[in-house]
Amino acid sequence: MSASPPTAPVKDNREKLLERAMSRHQYSGDALIEVLHTAQELFGFLSPPLLKTIAHKLRLPPSRVLGVASFYHFFSLKPKGEHTFVVCLGTACYVAGALGLVETLERRCAKAGHTTPDGKVSVETARCIGSCGLAPAVIVDGAVLARISPAMLDRELERIGVQ
Amino acid sequence: MTVEDLFEQQTEELERQKSLENRILCCTAAGCNSCGATGLRTAIAAEIKAQGSEGRVEVCGTGCMGMCSRGPLVLSGADRRLYGNATPADAAALVSPNPIDRQGLAARAIDLDSPFFTKQVKIVLANSGRVDPEKLTDYIAAGGYQSLAKALNDQTPRQTIEEVKKSGLRGRGGAGYPTGLKWELVAKQAAPVKYVVCNADEGDPGAFMDRSVLEGDPHRVLEGMAIAGYAVGAQQGYIYVRGEYGLAIQRLQTAIKQAEREHLLGTRILEQGFQFRIDLRIGAGAFVCGEETALIASIEGKRGQPRQRPPYPPESGLWGAPTLINNVETFANIPTIIERGGEWFSSIGTAGSKGTKVFALAGKIANTGLIEVPMGATLREILFDIGGGIPNGRFKAAQTGGPSGGCIPEQFLDLPVDYESLARIGSIMGSGGLIVMDESSCMVDVARFFMEFCMEESCGKCIPCRAGTVQMYDILRRMTIGEATPDDLEMLKSLSELLRETSLCGLGQTAPNPVMSTLKYFPQEYESHIRERRCPAGHCTMAHAGQEAIA
Repeated sequence: MSASPPTAPVKDNREKLLERAMSRHQYSGDALIEVLHTAQELFGFLSPPLLKTIAHKLRLPPSRVLGVASFYHFFSLKPKGEHTFVVCLGTACYVAGALGLVETLERRCAKAGHTTPDGKVSVETARCIGSCGLAPAVIVDGAVLARISPAMLDRELERIGVQ
Repeated sequence: MTVEDLFEQQTEELERQKSLENRILCCTAAGCNSCGATGLRTAIAAEIKAQGSEGRVEVCGTGCMGMCSRGPLVLSGADRRLYGNATPADAAALVSPNPIDRQGLAARAIDLDSPFFTKQVKIVLANSGRVDPEKLTDYIAAGGYQSLAKALNDQTPRQTIEEVKKSGLRGRGGAGYPTGLKWELVAKQAAPVKYVVCNADEGDPGAFMDRSVLEGDPHRVLEGMAIAGYAVGAQQGYIYVRGEYGLAIQRLQTAIKQAEREHLLGTRILEQGFQFRIDLRIGAGAFVCGEETALIASIEGKRGQPRQRPPYPPESGLWGAPTLINNVETFANIPTIIERGGEWFSSIGTAGSKGTKVFALAGKIANTGLIEVPMGATLREILFDIGGGIPNGRFKAAQTGGPSGGCIPEQFLDLPVDYESLARIGSIMGSGGLIVMDESSCMVDVARFFMEFCMEESCGKCIPCRAGTVQMYDILRRMTIGEATPDDLEMLKSLSELLRETSLCGLGQTAPNPVMSTLKYFPQEYESHIRERRCPAGHCTMAHAGQEAIA
């Protein structure tokens, strides 16, 4: 995942890439969600200065930009950990015991929606990742792990070096 | 590309495929990918090279083959046998020209004559698992874009709409509005700019039909949308797809680029006057955006909050222009309807529900995966013949329609599944998620689970939904820990009525459905939780059982 994201947009090519994304949409306010997607991809999360920059460039009130960024689950206003565990809590995963997986992660790492103090692991839950045939499923750093048990999760945590 | 080129390319590609000794199909849909299909495909490709069989044997990645529980799936050999749980170690045997080499795999062969396959009727999924979703020529070989050519050449927009009306196709997103009527409404509007929108914001937990269609056969959806654009007079289409569906997004982007390059989308389509562009809009994780007015707000870059209807989107939708919004599966039906005619399509299904329905089977069932059955198939056929029944357990309920649907008990197993009959028993067709529960599932907890979902996904615009879901959730939560009183049950019922009658959009109006259907069919479970402080399924912890209730 991303390296530690800056608190303010710094002068590197990420800014240029974001600029390019905005110009591709002719700095139209309608493209706010697309621009936020790009910004999060580049910077890892949406910091307040970043949101302000976007609001300024798209000529939108900052309140509107924050309103949209905070409305959608996909956008993260806080930095993420080095590794991300997303436990699917869709119906199929739920009846297959996904809560046990959340418990394991909360016991060993952090509460769902939070990151460990050392910034190593973020624990998240998802509404349904559409892998219901493989329930219960967990996404570890972008890869879907199928039919996972708390014991397998423990092994996965060991692999990335969580005590 | 002209229409002649289209047919020529089809013949060429079919002949090329026929000349191959072995065309190995490897399922690379999301399900199989997450159990190692990508590595398997690479291993097979390497093995073809190693055995010097290039030009005679090829490997294709395909969309979902259906039996996700046995993935990764591979179809190989002149005898076209399907193998499950394949690994890179099997590559040599799969590539080998000698069928005897595949005898070692016999134990993992899947019988294509089993009811799982024979009881299905495939229209939407006709190409899924057969064509490479990343190759336009594969889709063309399967007859792709010929329906678009037929509509542009042989039909007026009005005739195209008539054909869709005749088919009796109803919206596959869940509500079941007649598709032809919707198209007619948009076509009738005298506006210079109109839009066609494909709703691919599949948010119901337990549903992965649209994802599989987009991943397995993206061109079919593009073709359906282009035909719709021609019929209603739109030149711009949008696909609003969930941000979580990375593979589907990637394949759609590839497909759009390919189709534009060959003038099957974009300007001068098939060298005719018609033009139609399709752009993707990536959702950002809000369930309410499946509601059409919220979806429109989201495409416009705003918070995805619904608005009062009317005006309905066919009159005033995206940026105030007439907008046709259909679900992925609805569009995927269109090319076949145009190809084979509305009459043919309406010969499948029941009196009020025509055609087929794709279901995602999940939960406590042997064959989890993706299936397509004619409307009117019974739940028993779907769950026991196709689904293979419940492993180590007894059927208790089937949940359809996600958080807007209900739980269907055993007594309705022989009910034909269509829009009307599901509505009659308090559930809905929904988008097609079908989750099976056995005796270890607690119905009160299931109701709590869905209410929590609705509570968190409520957009907060209208009070009945925003505050009502919180109150209902709290009552259900207290039931599952043994804190509820009989008054709570009455309150739950009255809140259910309130939400249904007064919420602004479908999310709030249907949020009580899981509660009402479980209350109706499993009242004894609620009674046990409240009066005996006991969970009959043994699922709820009932942490506060035995303590005095907080009245």
